[in-house]
Amino acid sequence: MARAELMDFDEALELFEPVIGLEVHVELNTRTKMFSPAPNPANSEFHGAEPNTLVAPVDLGLPGSLPVVNGEAVRNSISLGLALGCSIAESCRFARKNYFYPDLAKNYQISQYDEPIAFEGSVEVELENGRVFQVPIERAHMEEDAGKLTHVGGSTGRIHGAEYSLVDYNRAGVPLVEIVTKPIFGGEADAPALARAYVSTIRDIVISLGISEARMERGNLRCDANVSLRRRAAAGEPAEPLGTRTETKNVNSFRSIERAVRHEIQRQAAILAKGGTITQETRHWHEDTGTTSPGRPKSDADDYRYFPEPDLLPVVPSRELVEELRAALPEPPAARRRRLKAEWGFTDLEFQGVVNGGLLVEVAETVAAGATPAAARKWWTGELSRLANARETDAASLVTPADVAELAALVEAGTLTDRLARQVLEGVADGEGSPQQVVDARGLAVVSDDGALVAAIDEALASQPDVLAKIRDGKVQAAGAVIGAVMKAMQGKADAARVRELVLERAASTGADA
Amino acid sequence: MSEINAEQVAHLANLARIALTEEEIEHLTAELGQIMQAVEKVSEVATPDVPPTSHPIPMQNVFRDDVVGDILTVEQALSGAPESDGSRFVVSAILGEEQ
Amino acid sequence: MSEHLIRLTAAQLGERLASGDVSSVEATRAHLDRIAAVDGAVHAFLHVDGERALDTAADIDRRRAAGEELGPLAGVPIAIKDVLVTEGMPSTAGSRILEGWVPPYDATPVRRVREAGMVVLGKTNMDEFAMGSSTEHSAYGPTYNPWDLERIPGGSGGGSAASVAAFEAPVALGSDTGGSIRQPAHVTGTVGVKPTYGAVSRYGSIALASSLDQVGPVTRTVLDAALLQDVIAGHDPRDSTSIPEAWPSMADAVRRADVAGLRIGVVKELDSDGFQSGVRSRFHEALELLERGGAEIVEVSAPHFEYSIAAYYLILPAEASSNLAKFDSVRFGLRVTPEGGGTVEQVMGATREAGFGPEVKRRIILGTYALSAGYYDAYYGSAQKVRTLVQRDFDAAFAKVDVLATPTAPTTAFKLGEKLDDPLAMYLNDIATIPANLAGVPGISVPAGLAPEDGLPVGIQFLAPAREDARLYNVGGALERLLVEQWGGPLLDRAPDLSSHEMAAAEEGVV
Repeated sequence: MARAELMDFDEALELFEPVIGLEVHVELNTRTKMFSPAPNPANSEFHGAEPNTLVAPVDLGLPGSLPVVNGEAVRNSISLGLALGCSIAESCRFARKNYFYPDLAKNYQISQYDEPIAFEGSVEVELENGRVFQVPIERAHMEEDAGKLTHVGGSTGRIHGAEYSLVDYNRAGVPLVEIVTKPIFGGEADAPALARAYVSTIRDIVISLGISEARMERGNLRCDANVSLRRRAAAGEPAEPLGTRTETKNVNSFRSIERAVRHEIQRQAAILAKGGTITQETRHWHEDTGTTSPGRPKSDADDYRYFPEPDLLPVVPSRELVEELRAALPEPPAARRRRLKAEWGFTDLEFQGVVNGGLLVEVAETVAAGATPAAARKWWTGELSRLANARETDAASLVTPADVAELAALVEAGTLTDRLARQVLEGVADGEGSPQQVVDARGLAVVSDDGALVAAIDEALASQPDVLAKIRDGKVQAAGAVIGAVMKAMQGKADAARVRELVLERAASTGADA
Repeated sequence: MSEINAEQVAHLANLARIALTEEEIEHLTAELGQIMQAVEKVSEVATPDVPPTSHPIPMQNVFRDDVVGDILTVEQALSGAPESDGSRFVVSAILGEEQ
Repeated sequence: MSEHLIRLTAAQLGERLASGDVSSVEATRAHLDRIAAVDGAVHAFLHVDGERALDTAADIDRRRAAGEELGPLAGVPIAIKDVLVTEGMPSTAGSRILEGWVPPYDATPVRRVREAGMVVLGKTNMDEFAMGSSTEHSAYGPTYNPWDLERIPGGSGGGSAASVAAFEAPVALGSDTGGSIRQPAHVTGTVGVKPTYGAVSRYGSIALASSLDQVGPVTRTVLDAALLQDVIAGHDPRDSTSIPEAWPSMADAVRRADVAGLRIGVVKELDSDGFQSGVRSRFHEALELLERGGAEIVEVSAPHFEYSIAAYYLILPAEASSNLAKFDSVRFGLRVTPEGGGTVEQVMGATREAGFGPEVKRRIILGTYALSAGYYDAYYGSAQKVRTLVQRDFDAAFAKVDVLATPTAPTTAFKLGEKLDDPLAMYLNDIATIPANLAGVPGISVPAGLAPEDGLPVGIQFLAPAREDARLYNVGGALERLLVEQWGGPLLDRAPDLSSHEMAAAEEGVV
């Protein structure tokens, strides 16, 4: 496909004001699905099941089957609504959204239409540069996920050119909460970063509530980004009308969200600057090329014929239940950030590094798993961020906080050096198992057997008599050459400090022997 | 309001995924016009002050516990499928866009 | 012996089985023999599983012999409307699109019937997806009225009603969305009950209109209907709209039936010239009989009932258009690939074009229209308001009377083909039955006699407030007793002998 023309970002910002809107789908991690008693693959326990093994009749839309609402999913949705600062509906209903698609077993999705469970909220989001935004929330509503299609044939595995498709309904009926923001104004040059920080905050919220695994690479959290541009009014002139928006789908990592919004601003600006018009359409994000491509334009086919779901009854949350769930809410992310910064004793810079990396939850969970705050920060913002960048993914998708805590403990115990620990992390990220398993499998542990070290040191000293002489003359810094040789001989699997100690010791005794 | 033309019926058939023939569309256009004229009678009494009823017996908050229950085996799930590969349902190529 | 067994009511057969002088295998075989003899002419069944039925019967006989405590209908055969899914037995809802589909699970009413020890004979014919009032819209050919094989047995549950009227089964299950149990009962001289919405689980009933559908009994006597409702009713956590409260025994209500002091309201809007004269005369004679039995007859008005058909033909198609979307060739049922292949969209379109009959397509398109953007408020929204008004009419009426009475349907059985080309005329059949579905209240149709002008059966309908199904069994049971006394035997004793009809029909077929 032809690469879209892009305008320079700064230039685009001079001419236009970006307005963004974000729709985030959160898969809840209840044990069962939204409307059926089948195990929920968005719960870790059931993740990765064989195709079509997690289905009840209603998940396949079998004739005669009926949905029944999962009460836990409703409670989780209310908690999430409250955490987003929303009002909780006195009464709300499910509705059918009708459209045909082979991954939608009933050919309608049970969702909520004009009566969402939660509405009118606000979320505090802090950017890398310290700016704080209140993102206005329009609504959060409950619905069900669709099944999964695999396109077979053709070269790309994509929908175009495929010869046929395979359908797995395990994901059909997974409980979803869709969170929709109001249009967000004022992001300006920070709009892409704001989009990223918002999704990161939503992730922090659902993790702290414990209602979602929130793993973006598994699709537990998915984002659609709406972007439009408004021409800046000349001084003294009334504000220009809002521009036509596009909805970019399939944006499934923090990195991509920022890139996709930025790309869409630049693309739309280039079109508008040339006097063109924006088509209201869905666009697909391509992680590999960092571009979006047009999907289908909004049309009559979007006539979803919503009507109240006759198989389900109204949900009327009692005020007692709402207050009970409100009382059980975890700290809001902003307050939590302030508390953690103090507890961990990080400098502004150190803490900002964690937040900007979207790693607050990871560091907190790593500390909770037993690591020191310093160690947790070091690994997440250091090696893991580097690895994530290299692999174009999010650090959280590579390893778990428990892995990092285990690694930090191995370093602390002297089993691993930092250098070895980095290799272990790569192994864990490659799916070779827990840090200890990688250490065992790759034989990466520090050689703590003095016998082996002494043998290597003696050999090194013997082959470098001039160095030995210098050491014996008290020129201790000359030991560096021997240490280097020994570390090389040990393939790095030795603690340099211990080697140094032993070198000095052996130099003295070797001298005595000579 | 009950004026329905063939183009509209063709559009409705597309929304409903029924590949109606030209003759069926023609026939249905006439029939639907008559039927709609008859059912529009509801507007005579459906005034703004009347609330709608969607469930005949009013109930609310009917929930299920979050406990795994009976599910189908993969064999049962695929037993009625026109085509499967042994673990998944097979459908012909999709030219539309993913929702 | 076997001729005698098929003439027993379910209650009588249950007693004979319990006393041990008849086995379930004998009773089941007698009904299978009857099906073999007359179903060629009646075509009540789409599927008969004699082998499995006899196995079930033998099992019940063994359990009884072993001293197990069994319910009153244990060992009694039953026919199931094909709208209910049955594990291991084809379930088509009368549609080509589900031909050969064998469900992996039982509908809740079917499960309860099995748990009560009843013997499932097979599946009965119906209008495709229960859309119709004549069973002529079945993809597998019509069912014929045992009273006159040239006439319709009503619909959509014509198969269940005809199977019971033709003594092929003592009782059957039906489903009633706008009259599909009661109107067939009316034209076949049988008893049909639509319980309160939510009394019987809809789980496993292939949905037509979810907010209107209700499963219920199809029988020859009011007591049999009560015994069957006692088996199938009750809370089911798999159906969110299922009523959680326990029900009183309907059979007790029949046994204690007494109309002394009962206030019966006659809906004046449904006692009009639009009804066939014989239907009206039998209706009024029945009321006089009840009055002599001590009931008080009061005229009531239900001014919004006249809007019921209009509301019904918006709500039903709208819900059906969505419920029937699942038939798309992907997971079950028919798949038709256009010549030269096609995309999945084209395959879906071709499958639904080939798999649905004209009435189903008509209603799906109608429902799609009623829900589409810009029309929702005027059509579906307004229809839901009419529903409120109909409920208010019922509330006002039930403030004055205990039950309401109407003729069940405007005419006796019409001839096959007579209304097939006029959907609006066909829709008018349901004028007296639809209000109960819109409001969720229960209704029963009980035989009231034969229309003098054509000698065909006529039913009378009683309606009660929601959850007061027992009132229907009380008034229905009392009227049945009075009428049978007057007639000197059940109405169905006057039905023609089918073996001669079969020959007559065959001869006419030649002409």
